[in-house]
Amino acid sequence: MYEGAVQDLIDELGRLPGVGPKSAQRIAFHLLATDDQEVKRLVDALTEVKLRVQFCALCGNVAEAERCRVCLDPRRSDDVICVVEEPKDVVAIERTREFRGRYHVLGGAINPIENVGPDDLRISELLARLADGTVQEVILATDPNVEGEATATYLSRLMAHMGITVSRLASGLPVGGDLEYADEVTLGRAFEGRRVIGNDK
Amino acid sequence: MYVSHLSLLDFRSYASADVELEPGVNAFVGRNGRGKTNLVEAIGYVATLGSHRVATDAPLIRSGADRAVVRTRIVRGDRASTVELEITQGKANRARINRGQAVRARDVLGVLRTVLFAPEDLSLVKGEPDGRRRFMDQLLVLMMPRVSAVLSEYERVLRQRSALLKSARASRRSGGSSRAESAAAELATLDVWDARLAELGAEILSLRIQLVDALRPAVAAAYEQVSDADGDAEIAYRSSLPALSAGNPPELSTGPGDNFADVGHLRDLLLEALVTARPQELERGVSLVGPHRDDLVLTLGGLPAKGYASHGESWSFALALRLASFRLLGGDPQNSADSPAFWDPDLGTDADPVLILDDVFAELDVRRRQRLGDLVLPARQVLVTAAVAEDIPAALEGVRFHVEPGTVTRD
Ligand SMILES: Nc1ncnc2c1ncn2[C@@H]1O[C@H](COP(=O)(O)OP(=O)(O)O)[C@@H](O)[C@H]1O
Ligand SMILES: [Mg+2]
Ligand SMILES: [Zn+2]
Repeated sequence: MYEGAVQDLIDELGRLPGVGPKSAQRIAFHLLATDDQEVKRLVDALTEVKLRVQFCALCGNVAEAERCRVCLDPRRSDDVICVVEEPKDVVAIERTREFRGRYHVLGGAINPIENVGPDDLRISELLARLADGTVQEVILATDPNVEGEATATYLSRLMAHMGITVSRLASGLPVGGDLEYADEVTLGRAFEGRRVIGNDK
Repeated sequence: MYVSHLSLLDFRSYASADVELEPGVNAFVGRNGRGKTNLVEAIGYVATLGSHRVATDAPLIRSGADRAVVRTRIVRGDRASTVELEITQGKANRARINRGQAVRARDVLGVLRTVLFAPEDLSLVKGEPDGRRRFMDQLLVLMMPRVSAVLSEYERVLRQRSALLKSARASRRSGGSSRAESAAAELATLDVWDARLAELGAEILSLRIQLVDALRPAVAAAYEQVSDADGDAEIAYRSSLPALSAGNPPELSTGPGDNFADVGHLRDLLLEALVTARPQELERGVSLVGPHRDDLVLTLGGLPAKGYASHGESWSFALALRLASFRLLGGDPQNSADSPAFWDPDLGTDADPVLILDDVFAELDVRRRQRLGDLVLPARQVLVTAAVAEDIPAALEGVRFHVEPGTVTRD
């Protein structure tokens, strides 16, 4: 244990995802040794992000206004929605330049071990977006792991009788992995080769 | 195939070690606690990504070090490959094949095949079903490395499903209408997990049933050979599926015309059983249906080996299971059934696994020693450990190594 302020910083850093106690300690001492200007930039960035950035009221992506850039872009098609787990997956798919529709960010995947059920995800918001009949296809782009597959299956069952084409990214993505780590070419191909898993039109 | 070189860095008691091995018999001799098992454990680890002694990797790293490296050179036919594994505490292992790019550890499965027999194997006969399930699953992975992905996915689905059952049980117990509502939503996802459990479970079940069928005659033959007695050693797969477990051992055998091993059929049976078991599963908060509840039943003259067999008979049975595995992996046409699941395009090209006998001879009387020696002699490579050289049967001539703490020297 260290003196008050240092230990507080270590504790706070340790709460961040992917940061263990050892890394928290290393980062804390790095910050202590960093000059004030640099630390101030970090503090400002943190303050700004909490002030300016919010989640898009429609799709759940990060946004600097009520709606995100993708939802505001008039050149994009409204007939197809790509469903992803996290905002970072939007970034990954945007890099492929394969997709011109809209997104829907669930905010995670069904994961009973972590106590995440369907009610904790933005699923009712998704169903609401499908209600007016504009959307023709939903692409399920959850992660290619056990939890992502379960979420995709659950959603495809929910949408089974809505007259919408439901498709899933083609396999070829590294199984057990994370969408964000797939390279652009692989992810692009998975998009092109997506297979329809539900279509009752 | 055989291992021509083993080098260790901070593995178990070895800070560093380099050992040149030969085809045929290699014997490691040294007093107890000198590090003999550590050597063969490292080789077994390269083949199975697990130790035969411990369930976690931490004890494999030399105390004080933060990672261990095992490098092996494996000769198969006229080709040699190197496999390097880095075992790091609390992190995923890293692997390299032929000094190339780092790959997932799982990708090295299949390069080296070993069959290891050790005193711990007595628990195959006397212990709980989980050891026998591991025996079947490990053998399947050695035969078909892709099975390792199926097994770990099944494991993950099972953990998720069990967590869901537990939380559903907890919210049912605590009552309250809002809780009951969220429990209902959670339960809607149970169907999704059931579907996945049935799909993966059916695949595992089918493979195990076929494996046991292929292994059955080899086990009976090996038992007779090691014990020199007409012991009538039988193995049978016992499933938690009511539809499959009617009748007496051998409960399951696949003959022409039946569909016990058909994946689609098994999936339907699993789904059916899940429906029946659901109230009970919700009541208890555990997953009651699937290959994780199954067992490999061992019988000797019609009686269960566990609880009935003598110490010597239990030893012979455990040894017979390993010898039968060895023959199945080597593709001995007499023993490997013509089951298409186990068709291996590489068979015949020096597929014989490396046979490891860790501290086995000390447990056997002189006659059994000799018989075992004669049985393993034809193997492409046999690695033997013993505290005293006299325990090793004379037939197993070959290279001798002397093991002292931290060092291995060739005699
Ligand atoms: N992680 C470890 N770090 C250091 N020493 C270890 C480690 N694991 C085991 N050992 C040592 O290795 C020795 C046992 O080696 P082992 O190969 O089992 O002996 P044997 O020659 O009887 O087969 C013991 O002295 C034990 O303390
Ligand atoms: Mg030993
Ligand atoms: Zn948006």
